[in-house]
Amino acid sequence: MSLYQVQKFLYNLNRDQHVQEAFSKNKNDTLSNYDLIQEEYEALHSGDIGLLYVLGVNGQILMHYAAYLQIEWFDYLQLMRDGIEEHGPVRKGIYAMTGGGKQFNKAPGADVGKGEK
Amino acid sequence: MSLVYAGILSHAPGITGRAHLAPDKTIRDEFYAYLTKQRKDIESSGAESLIVIAAEHFANFFMDNMPAYCMGVGEKHTGPIEDSEWLQIEKTTIPGAPELAMRLAKSVMLSVDLAYSEEWQCDHGIMVPLSFLTPNYDLPVIPCNINCQGPPLTPLARVWQFGEALRRACDEQSEKIALVGTGGISHWPATPDSGKINEAWDRNFLDQLMNQEKTKLLSYIDEEVYQEAGQGGFEIRTLIATAAAAGGKGALQFYSAELPIFAVGCTVARFDVEQ
Repeated sequence: MSLYQVQKFLYNLNRDQHVQEAFSKNKNDTLSNYDLIQEEYEALHSGDIGLLYVLGVNGQILMHYAAYLQIEWFDYLQLMRDGIEEHGPVRKGIYAMTGGGKQFNKAPGADVGKGEK
Repeated sequence: MSLVYAGILSHAPGITGRAHLAPDKTIRDEFYAYLTKQRKDIESSGAESLIVIAAEHFANFFMDNMPAYCMGVGEKHTGPIEDSEWLQIEKTTIPGAPELAMRLAKSVMLSVDLAYSEEWQCDHGIMVPLSFLTPNYDLPVIPCNINCQGPPLTPLARVWQFGEALRRACDEQSEKIALVGTGGISHWPATPDSGKINEAWDRNFLDQLMNQEKTKLLSYIDEEVYQEAGQGGFEIRTLIATAAAAGGKGALQFYSAELPIFAVGCTVARFDVEQ
């Protein structure tokens, strides 16, 4: 149920400017409306894309959230890889990484496959 | 005769948002040229409204109340919900076609339990296609979403029925209507695997889709799709519904797996609208 709450907060944040304004003014107050465990609360409070990915947040929700945070595309992909490195495999949901960390497209100034593990 | 055009196209956010990062500008621009051709074909058809069958990406609904099928029946729609700079599409208002949409919804409901919404918000799944097909946002749009994200997902046989119901509903109207379906084929969007494309799977599916091979199209199993085509593969529902609505065979106008920065096999196709 807790992942559901994480995703519901992000869903509301992604599509509702009033939630965005409230969250930017007072993160604690906004997050208090959701039934979160400490790990989830901290991930949302700090915008920890890597941990949120590992927790199992749906990729469409997470991608829109990263856009809201104005995270550059290749940074977003790397943050998810870093999250797996730090926290282990994706715990729930259908957005688990399947490519073993391989990069499937080329970041500016990088060679495809450079980030392969 | 009221359905005057039916086609499909890709909608991945990178198509607009990461256009500048495409290493091969020639293939990118060829893709864009076919999207422009699709716009011109729709304009030439005389279409007065455009139905977009898209995939719900949590722009309108969450798992507290997730419809299998929903139609936007409002006077207007807004979008994109995403950061405009990220998507490279300005926030705008899109005209709806409320009277027509209500008539369509009423007809579709005779055979499919359709939800409806007067407060439709568009994400990249609809905004990217519209940015090419009606860049001035002056063509009335009726958005229809299929839940392709939050399992349990609607069975493919029901998707086919939805497409057929939508076609019957269009045929009852006097207005000229265009219809496009927009979904990915194999792709692993919004994950570290972004850019992974199973081209052989894509081409096999598209061949079946263009040839209206209904039995094969309805035989896909979500668990196998997930393994071979990723979670993004669930969006084949939008394409199958469009084929069912069109009734006639399709012509694949463009496909390329050579633009992984767009995170999907980029596709444009047109169906014959069987009378």
